[in-house]
Parts: sequence; structure tokens; C-alpha cells
Amino acid sequence: MSEVIRIRELTREYRMGEERILALQAVSLDIRRNEYVAIMGPSGSGKSTMMNLLGCLDTPTGGEYWLNGQEVSRLTDDELARVRNREIGFVFQTFNLLPRATALHNVELPLVYAGVGARERRERAAAALAQVGLEHRMDHRPTELSGGQRQRVAIARALVNAPSILLADEPTGNLDSVTSEEIMRLFAGLHAAGQTVIVVTHEPDIAARAERVVVLRDGRVESDRLTRGAAA
Amino acid sequence: MRLLEAVGMALRTLRAQKLKSFFSLIGVLIGVTFLIAVVSIVQGMNRYMVDRFANTLVGANTFELRQRPGIVTGGVTDEVWLAWRRRPRISYADADYVRSRLRTDAVFAKFCEDRVAVEYDGKTAKDIHLVGTEAAYFEIRNYEITAGRAFTAQEVQTAQPVLVAGHELAQKLLPGVDPVGKTVHIGGLPYRIIGVVAKQGTLFGISLDKFAVMPFSAPGRRLICPINILDALIVQTDDPASMQRAMGEAEAVMRSRRGLKPWQENNFAFQTAQGALGTWEKISKILFLALPGLVAISLVVGGIVIMNIMLMAVSERTREIGIRKALGARRRDILAQFVVESAALSAAGALLGIGFGLALAFVVKALTPLPAAVAPWSVVVAMVLGIGVGVAAGVYPASRASRLDPIVALRAE
Repeated sequence: MSEVIRIRELTREYRMGEERILALQAVSLDIRRNEYVAIMGPSGSGKSTMMNLLGCLDTPTGGEYWLNGQEVSRLTDDELARVRNREIGFVFQTFNLLPRATALHNVELPLVYAGVGARERRERAAAALAQVGLEHRMDHRPTELSGGQRQRVAIARALVNAPSILLADEPTGNLDSVTSEEIMRLFAGLHAAGQTVIVVTHEPDIAARAERVVVLRDGRVESDRLTRGAAA
Repeated sequence: MRLLEAVGMALRTLRAQKLKSFFSLIGVLIGVTFLIAVVSIVQGMNRYMVDRFANTLVGANTFELRQRPGIVTGGVTDEVWLAWRRRPRISYADADYVRSRLRTDAVFAKFCEDRVAVEYDGKTAKDIHLVGTEAAYFEIRNYEITAGRAFTAQEVQTAQPVLVAGHELAQKLLPGVDPVGKTVHIGGLPYRIIGVVAKQGTLFGISLDKFAVMPFSAPGRRLICPINILDALIVQTDDPASMQRAMGEAEAVMRSRRGLKPWQENNFAFQTAQGALGTWEKISKILFLALPGLVAISLVVGGIVIMNIMLMAVSERTREIGIRKALGARRRDILAQFVVESAALSAAGALLGIGFGLALAFVVKALTPLPAAVAPWSVVVAMVLGIGVGVAAGVYPASRASRLDPIVALRAE
């Protein structure tokens, strides 16, 4: 089966004055298309570093990262921006919506940077909002929406460019349990429809929704196993 | 990302922060207001001075051969003044001599003037500008005759006591009657009015219609000039170049007639419209020299204000920049966004400034006799300067924004 992510000996080192900190130490990992993977680990495990590297927000100091067949670990800032735009859909813990823009405009944003024309942009953004059940909230600003609705806008924004991976960082961290359940069901639905989903979390019951859980500790992969649900 | 997107984005941001936007563009606004208002007023003054002042008093493509300058602007010492008065005056013979020897095509009119009282039917109009001249004078002054006719060369030759009245003289002295054919008296001598000149309006609030024109040879000539003496010979040519040529010829002819040696100065003078504008030109030159400096100061201040506002905007919107970068904005997208925003801010200031400047010019126009002539170039310059200042002020903040690390920016509060 084809891998959408292929990581070999990936290393990220930070320098703090004289001190060198190895946040990731030669991690290797493959993720197949349409896999649903949770990345777990305590704070300081290299989880955030992994998330930044997977999201092409940062570049490794060593190793290789192939995303959808393209080696992305040595790209320039602008090339990385393009990869983020086309290949990655981000969902953040704090939603990260533009507060002054409407839901529709927020969802349009990746298409603006992809150079899509205004009319097509509007149609695709409206379709993405409909996909997360917010077709009646398109003209609302984030402050006029509930937390769960905001996160759904963010998911619509992540999906609008049809990315190779949906990369969620603690997606339910700011939500109550009922709303969290709603969002996780949405992820399950997207996965069922063929979307590759990667969730970075420290909550075991969120991770349990995935097919596969990768646990990091001290910058290395401690365990990598399929969940019971996936095995069935 | 297309420019249009960036402009739309910028306008949305400005609209969302109206008050802050307004205060930040006030520097540019003041600079541009100043530019437009001063240029409009100076241009208006200029047009007024050229059209009304110079061309009314002297005329286009026209010069006057005089004993001494007729319109003096600026300081003249007593000594110079006395020397001017000692010069020989312009005689009929001088005028005829110049006329017969000038090779450039031109129209001539002998010219004498003074202020007199005109009487009709027991009423007196005082302080009337009486001009003694030749038939060509009407053409030179571009006078339109609204009633009756001008006098002819024959009437000048035969020294007929005929009069062409200015609009106000006719209205005041002969109200409600047709002035043509009526006889008025000047210094006890009877004159028949044969025509009326169209209304000329005012100059600095002084009426230009209180005058009368008669043949220079008419019986009353001693009232305005000594016998055989003229105030001026007026010479009009077709265009500025031939005027310069004719003036050169007239100078040579007069110098040889008066037997002046090469080291001696002219003992006569030429009055032109340009000459009459001398002082005004000095003033307007100073204004136009000072203007760029004053405008530049306010635009630099305006630019610094905008730069600071933009730096503030960048740090306030660090999170937004992080989000945009995460979603695929390249450095140049962020750069364009903030430069365009800064330019839009500044251009909005320039637009408001243009509005205020025009309003100011029209207020001046409404409250003073000065016309305001809006110079289209000044509006263009104002717009270009406005956008230019915005771009220049926006580059540094925008480039700081574009270089932000997305991970750091996303963590910002």
C-alpha cells in the first residue's frame, strides 16, 4: 500500500547557547494513505516537534521526510508554504481562525493563497462548510460561534484544499466532552470517506479513536501499535 | 495572490479599524491638503494675475513704448524716480517715426489717459478714466461694442468729438436711456456718444467699466496730455515671438532717433504684461519653492506615523500572520498584504487631503475675489505621493512580518 508519509532517521536539534537539545532522535515512520494515526507522548517527548515537522512548519536538522512522494526536508520557506497550502490541512487546539473574518472567508483563505478565483473559492468554501454541517453559519464571525462550531469551521478550512493529510494538534483540548465527541465523530467520518488523519494528543481516549497509536518518549518512538478497534 | 485580493484585504482591515486608521493617516492628509490648497490658490492667483491684471492693463502680445514704466511693482528709489521724470517724453513724432520704421507686422495706437469728470443733463460722473487713442485701440484691448459703434480712422484724422463709453459710465450717467447719440460734456466741451463697450468686470474689486474712449486728436486732448505728447505708443503683434522682435526693433529705432551712445542707457521704457507680473512672479516662485519643503515635512512625518502604526499592526497581528503562513501564505504574500495595507492607508489620507484641499481652495474662492484654479497635476502628484509614502513606510514593517517564523507566530497571544 502507498505511503503518504515516509520518514527516515528524522532528527531535530535545538541549540540553546552552549547546550544542544535533541528533540527528535533519528525517528523513522511510515504512514499509509487513509490511515488514522494518533501521535501521543508526555510533554517534552518531541510530540510538538514532530507535529511541526510533519506540518512542514519547520525543517529537520537531519534525516529525510517524503510527503506524498516529494522530499520536503530541504525546501525553502516559500516552497514549504506551497506544500502546506496543497498537502496539509491543519486543525489547532485554539482553532486559529481570523477573528474579524466570517466563517466563509476563513475557509476561503487557503484557496486565496492557492490562487483560486473568487467565485470558485466561494463555492468550494461553502461546500466545505456544508460538509461539517455549518451551511447556515457561513456569515458568522468566530466570536458569534460556539467552540464546537469554531472547530468545525477550522476543519472545513483544513479540508477545503483537499489535502493529503489532515493534521490535528490537540483538536479537543479546548472543548467540553459532548462537543469533543462531536468533533471526533466528524474525524471518524472523514477517515471513513478516505481522508488520511493524524491527531497529535496526550489524551488516551482521543488516541483510542485512531487505528494506530505512535507513542513518543525522549525524542524516540517508544511504541507503535494498532488499536483494538482497527484490528477488528 | 493577486494584487486585487491584497487591496480588498487591506480595505477590510481599514474599515474594521476606522478611528485608528483615521488618526494614522492624518499626517499624509495634512501634507496633501496643503499641497492641493496652496497649488490651487497660487494657480488661481496666477491665472487671475495673467488674465485680469496683466492682460487687462497691458494686453497679450502687446508692449507700450513709454517715458518710464507705467506699472511699477517693487521698490524704486527716489533717485531712479527723478531720473525717469527727467527723460524726454514720447511725442507724436516719436510714435510716427517708430511706426514707420518697424518691420514686424503690428497694430499701433497712440495713447493718453487721465481721470476726468463727465457731465450729462445736470449730473456729473467723477473719476472717469478718459483715454485718447486711435481706432486700433478697440482691437488691441479686445473691447466688444454692445451698442452703437467704435470710432473710425477718419474720425481720428478729422479730430471728431466722439466718445465710446464704458459700461458703468453709460449705466450711471444715462440710466434708462439709450446712450448712443446723446451728448455729454467733458471740461465744458460737448462729446457725442457713439458706442458702449461691453462690461469688463472688476480687478481686485475695482470697476473696469468707468472709462470713456475718444480720438487722441479730439478737442479735449489737452485735458489728458500736453499737445504733441503721448503717455504711450501701444504696439500689438500676433504672437509672443514677434512681440519680442518688434520690441527689439523699436528699441533700436528709438535709440538711433535719440542719438544714444552705446554706453548710454535707454531714456525710454517698454511696458509688457510680463513686466507688470514681475513682483507677483517673485512671490509665486517663493511659494512654489517653499511648497515642496513643507509638503515633504508633513509627508515624512505622515510616513513615520504610518510606519509605526504598521509596526504595531504587525505585532498585534502576529498570530494572524502565523495562521496565514500555516495555510500557505508565502513571504511575498505577507509582504504584499502589509505594503498594500500601508499604501491603502496612505492613499486614503491622500484622498481625504485632496478633498480637504479642494474644499479649502473653494472656501478661499467664495470668500475672496481670488479664483481657485485646481491644477489637475497637483491631484495626480498628491495621489502618487500618497501611495508612494504608504509603500515606503510599509516596506520595513511588512518585511518584518514576512520573515516571522510561523511556529513562533502561531504561539503568539
